[in-house]
Formats: sequence, structure tokens, C-alpha cells
Amino acid sequence: MARSTDNLIRELGDGLTPVRRIAEPNRLALLWLGCSVLIAAGLAVVFDMRAAMARLGSAADMWLAVLGSLLTAAFAAKAAFELAMPGRSRLWALLPLPGLLLWIGASGMGCLRTWATVGWDGHIHSECLMSIVGISAPLAVAMVVMLRRAFPLYPALTALVAGLACAAASATVLSLFHPADAAATDLAFHALAVAIVTAVLAASGRRLLRR
Amino acid sequence: MHAGVLSLAPGALRAAGTSSVDTRDQTDRRLGGLMASAQAGDRAAYDALLRDCVPFIRAAARRRGVPADAVDDAVQETLLTVHRARHTYDPARSFQAWLRTIADRRAVDLLRRQGRQRSREVHDDIAYETHPAATGEPVAAGLDGGLRRAVESLPEGQRQAVEELTLNDRSLAEASQVTGRSTGALKVNLHRALKTLRARLTGEEG
Repeated sequence: MARSTDNLIRELGDGLTPVRRIAEPNRLALLWLGCSVLIAAGLAVVFDMRAAMARLGSAADMWLAVLGSLLTAAFAAKAAFELAMPGRSRLWALLPLPGLLLWIGASGMGCLRTWATVGWDGHIHSECLMSIVGISAPLAVAMVVMLRRAFPLYPALTALVAGLACAAASATVLSLFHPADAAATDLAFHALAVAIVTAVLAASGRRLLRR
Repeated sequence: MHAGVLSLAPGALRAAGTSSVDTRDQTDRRLGGLMASAQAGDRAAYDALLRDCVPFIRAAARRRGVPADAVDDAVQETLLTVHRARHTYDPARSFQAWLRTIADRRAVDLLRRQGRQRSREVHDDIAYETHPAATGEPVAAGLDGGLRRAVESLPEGQRQAVEELTLNDRSLAEASQVTGRSTGALKVNLHRALKTLRARLTGEEG
């Protein structure tokens, strides 16, 4: 063994302190999803929940879309924390895909249905965009802090999946209070907001999560 | 040092059949146990673990195509990462899988860094014409008083790192030989020294 490697091992031994093992990815994901629930609970105080539920109940595919975004958020969070642990497979990145397909599929169905009956509504739904980005910000901060406690060896991939989790969670929270009316412009703004949040986190991930 | 079961050739493992799988599992469990003890602060277990990791990391670096003269760097960077990431190891899981991912990533990082450095390096002829050390005069001789004093006032480890790596133009390996410090420690000390010098000099000037 090279002398310098020998010295390094001695120095690392000198610097050894007991460490607390990091929690399992499942627990971390649940903890992070708890942050989303807290935000949802906060918004429930402000918004008229009954009117929102009535609008959601009017179309089954709207519920499917919400279920899809919820599954995407939960599985993407679980996948991000798995990816942040050395020794876990990168295939975890594929876990959110079924939820994502359900989310996109159900939203698309709703869009087509409304398109056929109402047509283009012509409105610019920038408030959806701002809401999703705004709700994502604290979730992204919490996610990055928790991921940095782990040790992401694939920072860009981890950040991409984490960004999807943040965007999906905020879209789920938003859809409970302001259900998309499934007009094409509304859904386009939802998709744009999700893409922005995911892209921003993915782009900054290498710097934020590099260890 | 503990017996290097990890360094067994793959052929030997195959020839031994099922018993080799048992041996590998036993090794994995033993290493996992050592890491669990290290997580609790057991210095002797940690020392034994890191020494047992070295042949495994060497093999991973070579498999990834790290040149022979850079394998020690890959080993040391992996050991530093193992130290910083030790809280993420779960004793219920394979230790070797955990270590393999870290060793592979550090080998890839090292190769990328070498690739980037090569692309930035100028042609040797130009380097000889422009590099101050080409005259045979150490860079240290050209230091002005303020910088010299700032370097001299650094803590011992940081001063050595600056003098050997920057002023005397030694490679990491040479500086390590001269000072008896690891290349990892030299890198950390140089980084800290540059940060201190930057703060002091800009403070003085500003």
C-alpha cells in the first residue's frame, strides 16, 4: 500500500466520530410528503374546500389526473431518496413513470373532452403557473436539504427526479383547491409550470447536490 | 491488515463454486459489521475496514480504465468519500455494493477531470517558454514581501502544501513523499491555504 494511502487511513481514523445513520428512503419520502400535506392544510384554511371538491367530483378523469400527480409525487420522492444513497440502482429513476403516464393520460382525456364541448377558452392561466412554481419553492428547499444529508453520487439524475416530485406535489396540492377546468390552455400552463420546476431543479442539481 | 479476501481473482471464485459465494457473503457481512462498528466510533474496526477496502477500490479503478499512475489518487479520493458518506451505509445491505458505487463514481470523476485538464493544457514547447519554473528558478524566489509573509504565517500543514505544490512546483505524489502527508490531506490543505491567503490579501489591499 502506498505510504500516502497509509497516512490517509491513519488521518481518517484520527478524525473518526460516531455518526447517526440516515433514515431509510421510505421514511424520508414520507417526511417530505408530510411537508406537502402541511402546505395543503395551510391552503385549506384559506380556500373554499367544498366548492373545489364539487368541481373535482364532476368528472372522473379529473380525479384520475389528481391520483396520477399524487402517485408521481410519492414515487418520485421515494426514487430521489433511493438515488441519493450510494449502492442503490439508478433504475429507481424509472419508478415515477407509471404515475406520470396516468397523470398525463387522464389530464389529456379531460382536455379532449372539454375541447369537444367548449373549445378553446382563450384565457391565460398564469396564476396556475405562479401557484405551482410558488408551492414548489419551499418543497424544493426541503427536498434539497434532505438530499444533501444523504450522499447523491448522481446529482443531475437525482435532482431531475426530485424536481419532478416537487412539481407533481405542488400540482396535486393546487388541483385540490383550484381544479383545472381541463381547458387546453389551463393544462398547457400546468404542464409548463411542471416543466419549469423540473428543469430548474435538474439544471441546478449538479451544483446543489454534488458531494 | 486483514486477509484480502476481496482481492481474490474472479476465476478463483468461480472455480471454488458455491463455497466461494459463501466466502464472498461472509466477507461482505464481515465488512458490513466493521462499518457498523465504525459508525459507532470504533477506530480499530474503521482502520481494518479501510485497509480491506483498498484492493477492492484498486480493482474498481483499474476496471474503469484509470491509468496505473493515477490509481492511488482514485483510491484516496474513494477513501475520503467513504469517510464522508459513512452515515449512509445500512448494515442490512451489501457493503460491497455500497463501496462499488462510490469507487466507480470517483474513478469516473477522476477520468473526467484528467480529460478536462488535458484539453486545457498547452503544448509542451509553449509551456517551457512561458512557465516561470523553466528557468530553473523556483517561483518562491519571485514572491513579493506581502505574499511571502502571508504564506509564512499559514499553519504548518497549509504552508507546506502551498510551498511544495505551488512554489516548488512539485506533483502531488512528490509533495506527498517530501512531507509525508497523504495526497488527500495535501489537497485539503492547499484549498484551505488558498482560501486563507485570498481573504488575507484582499483584506490587506482593501
